[in-house]
Amino acid sequence: MIQIRPRENKSNLLSAVTPVIAVILTMFFGGILFSFLGKNPFEAIKLIFWDPLMSETFADYARPQILVKAAPLILIALGLAVGFRANIWNIGAEGQFIMGALFSGAIGLAFYPSEHWFIFPLMITGGIIGGVLWAIIPGILKSRFNTNEILVSLMLVYIAEQALASASIGLLRNPEGSGFPGSRNLNQYPSASNPEIISGSGIHWGVVFAFLAVWFFHYLLKNHKFGFHIRLFGDAPRAAQFAGLKTEYIILLCFSISGALAGVAGMFELTGPAGAITIDFNVGYGFTAIIVAFLGRLNPIGILLAGLLMALTYVGGEISQFMLGIPAAAIQVFQGMLLFFLLSIDVIVKYQISFSKTKAISNKS
Amino acid sequence: MDFSSIDPTIIVYNLMIAATPILYAALGELVTEKSGVLNLGVEGMMIIGAICGFSVSVETNSVYIGFMAAAVGGALLSILFAVMTQYFLANQVASGLALTLFGLGLAALLGHSYTGQVPPQISKLDIPILTNIPVLGKMLFAHDFFVYLSLILVFVVWYFLSRTRLGLIVKAVGENHESAHAIGYNVTRIRFFCILFGGALAGLGGGYLSLIRVPQWTEGMTAGAGWIALAIVVFSIWRPWRLILGAYIFGGITILQLNLQAIGVNVDVALLSMTPYAVTIVVLILMSLNLSKKSLGAPGSLGKSFIKVV
Repeated sequence: MIQIRPRENKSNLLSAVTPVIAVILTMFFGGILFSFLGKNPFEAIKLIFWDPLMSETFADYARPQILVKAAPLILIALGLAVGFRANIWNIGAEGQFIMGALFSGAIGLAFYPSEHWFIFPLMITGGIIGGVLWAIIPGILKSRFNTNEILVSLMLVYIAEQALASASIGLLRNPEGSGFPGSRNLNQYPSASNPEIISGSGIHWGVVFAFLAVWFFHYLLKNHKFGFHIRLFGDAPRAAQFAGLKTEYIILLCFSISGALAGVAGMFELTGPAGAITIDFNVGYGFTAIIVAFLGRLNPIGILLAGLLMALTYVGGEISQFMLGIPAAAIQVFQGMLLFFLLSIDVIVKYQISFSKTKAISNKS
Repeated sequence: MDFSSIDPTIIVYNLMIAATPILYAALGELVTEKSGVLNLGVEGMMIIGAICGFSVSVETNSVYIGFMAAAVGGALLSILFAVMTQYFLANQVASGLALTLFGLGLAALLGHSYTGQVPPQISKLDIPILTNIPVLGKMLFAHDFFVYLSLILVFVVWYFLSRTRLGLIVKAVGENHESAHAIGYNVTRIRFFCILFGGALAGLGGGYLSLIRVPQWTEGMTAGAGWIALAIVVFSIWRPWRLILGAYIFGGITILQLNLQAIGVNVDVALLSMTPYAVTIVVLILMSLNLSKKSLGAPGSLGKSFIKVV
């Protein structure tokens, strides 16, 4: 008979090892998936996990790309993790990402074609404001009326997508684009662009910002009172109230933080890798970041590693698509699988499982 | 712009079709939630149902076999969720999100070669006498079998939950799993089957979307329908009959905004396309405004893992 009991002392070693086990399991079952698709599983796994980093053919392209793709994932996941720790479920980061891009894009384009030093910082501010505005809606509704924040933040993603579509064919469309949808390319507008800082390295300001954010949140959550409050709020909301924590304040703060980071990620993506506002500007970073946050155990350093790993599967996925014709959707399945295994394996971290030989007490007597 | 080209008969007819996928999914989720489980993977199960139903009915040339496949597909995916949350005690919110992300990816993968194909058509029922009633007959009694099945299932679920012993047990498990366990009910097993039922109905809803409502397969075609179904369960305050009201209001808004787009109202198309989602938010706010948490009717153990203490 299997018995499950909550663990009294959680082992740090176990919670660090389980994500690795989840990755290995995903590789194994992903391999089975690839062989179902008629591809050589070993080659596919090697193309996804090894070649982007090590192969001579791909590494020059792939290594910088990993940083480019990891930056938005890490930024968004850091913000989400703060909320998830407090049991506040903002899952509309995709919408906040779009809004950050739209706000910053609108500011940048408003100044076109004049060149000033202050345009780029102003756009960063715009990205933050856009993200916060979009995230604070479910925040206010949750804190005021206890409206379900999961559903509201998600609905706002679809609304943001419509706003993006409208902006790219209307308000922000390139007047010199001969009627094609999409805004001017900001990469050709020096004051509003976010090019690589070191050419060929993949490092743009978004990457720098992401690394700084990891360091900042590591400090904030570990050594600052705020981090403790968040955890307290998530684990024991009643105790938090007795300790004098204002529920509304925590909820609004969590939403603002995650909105700001998602918005600023959208801003860096727009001004850097994407270049222009188009209908398909968002590629699902806001949703993948949820996986990153969990894979990183809601811990900033963990999120850094998880973000890099997830970016690796994106880049490796592209390579395997190119080399073996593995459909892009297979990588999405792969990422979903990873989250499944991770959440399932967690049972051995949170609970103590014992197999008792005596089947039931009544048998003995 | 010509408002007279909007025919109320056709609007009612179309709104029933637009509402049916959501009604199926919401009804399944209602039963799942009644047993105390919050499955946020409705969107994922729906889209798996959509592709399973579509591909099977294209291959077999039968809509009915397609619908069966849709239900099986949705239920199979929900087993993943059931195992994770009931046996591995994983967080239900996170597992539901995982199910949605996984389902969307898997559906895109399975549906790769089905884009642009046309499914077999389903015949509309011709109910003697009723179909021939002027106006009303066209509005209400000229639908396909699955529109009526969804309404029959609402009745069945209502009857099951309020009039049968097993239904009461499901509710007991959802209200207080510790007590239900103490009386001797197998909480885990009951929840397992409720999750399965929710998955099958979400699959049917997805199948209706790809086989009749659209009818075509495109990637990500559910476009939030699963999430709206979740919102409609909240709107219904967990009562089966109110699901119909919720789903049909939503269907009405969807059809109305499509009609307004078609006749070229002088409003941004994006703004019209936003309305179903915006209205969902408004409904959620109104629900939380009107009712205090207790009278909201949410099952007492909703979203909590059950740990059997021996």
